[in-house]
Amino acid sequence: MNKNYFEIKRAGINTTFQDQGRGNLYHIGIPFSGAMDNRNFQISNKLVGNKVNFPIIEFAYQGPLLKYFGENINFAVTGDVKFIIRKKNNAIEGTCYQSFTLENGDELDIISTNKSVYGYLAVSGEFDVNYQWSSCSVNTKANIGANNGKKIEDGQKIYILNINKNLSDKKLNYINTKIENIRVIQGTNFDYFSDEGKKIFFEKEFVISKLSDRMGMRLEGPKIENIVDTNIKSEGLLKGVIQVPADGNPIIMLSDHGTIGGYPKIGVVISADYDKLVQLTPGSKIKFKKVELADAETLFKLYDLETQNLISQI
Amino acid sequence: MIKNISNLGDAALYCDFGTEVNKEINSKVIRYFKSIQKENIDGINNLTPSYNKLIISFDLRKKNFQTIKQQIENLNVINDDALESNKIKIPVCCDENFSLDIKRLEEKLQITRDKIYEKFFGKEFFCYMTGFIAGMPFLGDLENELQAKRLETPRVKVPKGSVGLTEQFANVYTFESPGGWNIIGNTPQVIFDSTNENNPNLINPGDVVTFEQITKDQYYNNNE
Repeated sequence: MNKNYFEIKRAGINTTFQDQGRGNLYHIGIPFSGAMDNRNFQISNKLVGNKVNFPIIEFAYQGPLLKYFGENINFAVTGDVKFIIRKKNNAIEGTCYQSFTLENGDELDIISTNKSVYGYLAVSGEFDVNYQWSSCSVNTKANIGANNGKKIEDGQKIYILNINKNLSDKKLNYINTKIENIRVIQGTNFDYFSDEGKKIFFEKEFVISKLSDRMGMRLEGPKIENIVDTNIKSEGLLKGVIQVPADGNPIIMLSDHGTIGGYPKIGVVISADYDKLVQLTPGSKIKFKKVELADAETLFKLYDLETQNLISQI
Repeated sequence: MIKNISNLGDAALYCDFGTEVNKEINSKVIRYFKSIQKENIDGINNLTPSYNKLIISFDLRKKNFQTIKQQIENLNVINDDALESNKIKIPVCCDENFSLDIKRLEEKLQITRDKIYEKFFGKEFFCYMTGFIAGMPFLGDLENELQAKRLETPRVKVPKGSVGLTEQFANVYTFESPGGWNIIGNTPQVIFDSTNENNPNLINPGDVVTFEQITKDQYYNNNE
């Protein structure tokens, strides 16, 4: 049997294997991790005929350049991504949310995400990866997950097992919408902040700093004044929690966050807005809108239903 | 026993056991944590016990705040006697290459390094929680004379195995990581092992830890 693999000619900036992530490990210090944008992760798998929680390759900003060796395989890219398929005699500009076939020797050049952060590459087969706690998701901080818990690197080979022989073309009509208003529920330390600080939090614009990654998103803007204490006794964190340290600039916890933190929590991003939040690029503006718990629950149901609908259209 | 349950976002319960940090309150947190683990409640996908809070995360596709809150309010909580607690010894070398902040500590605390070691080694410390980075234990309580603030400017990289002090707590850096604790030594002991999925942490909440001073030779032989 021939081996099927990608040779990584260029790894890209932050290219990792991800899946749905791993739960029930916060108490030992391990966050969920997993694909940052859950909707685009699931859709990418469905476009190549996989189960929605199969391992995929997640990339940020600049993506990987991969040369393929082996029997024909389908792939799909999701997000808002510019990519090119180079065949022996021609090059084709790729389209997101559509499956394409790679033949032996073809190159897939994922040039970059357009005004968004994360994109996803799924193939009609199984990436040969190791699992820890039932997930391949890479956590580079604790070196957990596929690829020895590290980013994908230049020159390495990525093997693919169990290629689906019934390659059929699939497509989804979908455009990623961007939102700049992120809805939040008040945090457990909301009253640590002055009336003016609370007002600023919900009325002013913040700018996303360059110091943002899979662990957290730092924001810059008008300072949020704390009138009680700039530290709390360390306690658990969750993705979406917005902490405000002493300098008054909010930090939003993302999927690879530290599991414990000691800064006051001013708010928590609602689950329905998380996929959109992570796609906001450094330099973008962001504004927080207050919602109540009951509304957040309904909004998540709607968002999840919409995701399921999109998947069932494929 | 939980003073108040509120929501942290739309997919977690924030259980407040009080504001103080002591063994009594923390033991309540740990009892709840272990009781919930034992019940294996459908939809709960993470638990974060800390000094005096317990955060319960759940899958919003399956459950919501009200349903989980009710289950927690009606929970059968195990009693103190049922809590397992391991006693663990951690070897630490205080060679000058490892005790990065010992001079600073001598100045901050106004006592000699020998006095610092005397008050630290051989004493029993209680593990309040683990986390921030995988497997990092938060141990207490240090005597008053050993209590110092964090570094004013945190280190960008604290070496793996570093043993640090701050306020009433001691910890061990399980990975190279940024951090602001006062580093007094380094342990060759593996504290976190991701290949041991059933029991990756050497030290778990409720355990009792004693540090033992070792020489440089013993430090390097420990790895053999």
